[in-house]
Amino acid sequence: MQRRIVSLWFPRLAAERVLRARPVDAPFALSLFDRNSERLYDLCPRAEGFGLNRGMTLVHARSFCPDLLTRPADPNADQRFLRLLARWATRYCPWVGLDGRDGLFLDITGSAHLMGGEEPLIDDIRARLARAGLTARLGLADTPGTAWALARFSEGIAAPGETLARIGALPLSALRLSDQTCTSLERLGIATVSQLYNLPRATVARRYDREVLARLDQALGSLPEQISPLGDEKSFAVRMTLPEPIGLLDDVMAAARRLTAHLCQRLDEAQKGARALKLTFRRVDQESQAVELKLARPMRDGERLVALFERGVSSVDAGYGIDMIRLEALEVEPLGLRQLDRSEGLAKDSLDDLITQLGNRVGLDNIQRFQPVDSHIPERSFKLVPAAYSRAVPDWPCRRPRPIRLFAPEPILGSGFEPPRRFRWRGRLRTVLEAEGPERITPAWWEQDDSWAKGLRDYWRVGTGEGQRLWLFHTPQHPAWFVQGEFG
Amino acid sequence: MSLTFSSVYPLKHARAHEICGNSALAFAAIAAGAAKGAVVWISESWKPTVNPEGLAPYCDPGRLLLTRADSQLTVLASAETALRSGAAGLVVAELSGAIGLTEGRRLQLAAEAGGTTALLLIPEGAGSNAAETRWRCSGTPAPASGPRQNGHDSTHWRWSLIKNKIGTLSEWIVRWDAASHRVIVVSEAGG
Repeated sequence: MQRRIVSLWFPRLAAERVLRARPVDAPFALSLFDRNSERLYDLCPRAEGFGLNRGMTLVHARSFCPDLLTRPADPNADQRFLRLLARWATRYCPWVGLDGRDGLFLDITGSAHLMGGEEPLIDDIRARLARAGLTARLGLADTPGTAWALARFSEGIAAPGETLARIGALPLSALRLSDQTCTSLERLGIATVSQLYNLPRATVARRYDREVLARLDQALGSLPEQISPLGDEKSFAVRMTLPEPIGLLDDVMAAARRLTAHLCQRLDEAQKGARALKLTFRRVDQESQAVELKLARPMRDGERLVALFERGVSSVDAGYGIDMIRLEALEVEPLGLRQLDRSEGLAKDSLDDLITQLGNRVGLDNIQRFQPVDSHIPERSFKLVPAAYSRAVPDWPCRRPRPIRLFAPEPILGSGFEPPRRFRWRGRLRTVLEAEGPERITPAWWEQDDSWAKGLRDYWRVGTGEGQRLWLFHTPQHPAWFVQGEFG
Repeated sequence: MSLTFSSVYPLKHARAHEICGNSALAFAAIAAGAAKGAVVWISESWKPTVNPEGLAPYCDPGRLLLTRADSQLTVLASAETALRSGAAGLVVAELSGAIGLTEGRRLQLAAEAGGTTALLLIPEGAGSNAAETRWRCSGTPAPASGPRQNGHDSTHWRWSLIKNKIGTLSEWIVRWDAASHRVIVVSEAGG
């Protein structure tokens, strides 16, 4: 079957996207900071009437047209909009690919008759886009290259087989060649596509790189060109619209249970697990309330999810009733199939659920666990990591005896190399009954640490008459005594 | 009638216990070592955390799940959630202020519902009447001839039982035995 391709070109995509959301009755342009100044990125036809063009500096443009309204351009939003248009275009054919930053290719082979033929199809696209406030130029031909050329240079339909006849008279830039190549060919007196076609291929191939002949062949169909359609984005969101508003907790939970089961089935098919979920309730009076849930592990177990939602849902104010419920997985992570293991699995699951429950109260990052760090500096010998994103370290290295509570060094009065017999700490006089030490710890010279600026430390374990056991240290290089920790 | 240590010490399961005194952390660490499963340790975020290296002789610090709450109210609420879920073996809550009978009773009920033991580290004299037992722990100087065990000192603690719902009060001098990994009563101080 003869391939038929539509090329859609949106010459003013960026400006029209912004104007659709917020129409203005004045010359309008988008500006973008580029090459050290604000420059026009895209503009409306009215602004073009003042002699403005793309790439002009904003200051320059203002001098031509003092009434010019501008807005900052957002190329990423334009790309998102183009993808949206690509999704919309699948109403005509299943095979739609992006073409640069402002165009689409539609492979309508075998689907044109659904719209009543090629001409009605083109008219339908044009009419719908015009209603949406978008300028579009269309080309329809046997190959993407020719369709592209027609969209840009001579709008219309090339009947099957008459490719060369339609684009023969078009300038060389219709072949998607670089400006430099076009200029170089024009200097040789080659201005149109048919002139290039009539040249002996061997000479062109010898003088120019492969691009020239490849583009020509692509336009004429002797070299295939693929259109890569966009992937089908999986969305993990389900909703339920209710014929009558509901308000009782049991009813809402029953609805949530159905939604969760549906979502989990989808997650299951994609082998994914949800990490963050949002349950939105829309009330009859158009207000909406949301309950968010962050999970300690990626999960797709419906019953457990419902149980975790219970606390959040009970605090929702139903008002006059809820008539729409939407459940969305905000973050998903890959989660493969798992071997069922009843013995150990259940205990671990319930601990993960506990982390989730506590995390939704104090923040998931505030549930932490210890991990050992290979450092001889006491305060750096461990680190705290969020429990939801780490695993427990099974064997903790047992090193020297260390205090159970470490704090920032607190200076005490003392002199000499032995711990003072009596000292005042935290407002009380302490008598030293026994002292064990010293244990010398040298600072890590390869690390910058101001708290170790006093150099070596000689640590002593000291038992006081008040029943406390403290960790004292002496800095022989700058003589002083400090308390740094408390043994239990 | 004198109270034996073994009748009160492995702390009664699924109950809330309170500890105060300057060796309370060591008591909690030993209890954490005896507990099965994970240990949820809840404290306010402004306090420095416990030092895992200091806990290592008594329990495995890798089993600890620290919860850093922003206020005492959140500490209590988190403790109740953790107790009720029953997923942890022990829940330790560090409290910085006094709690009333309501809070204490709620924790006690949550501990019973979840079958989890609760350990509340309280400031001196700030406990609630709902607790099963309350202990005061302080270090006492070890006798000069006491055995020194491969680097770990043989500290003696004075553990006084100052509230007991189901019996009389008493106090003991105990020490940690690293070889058998348990506490050993050295002498009965009160009686």
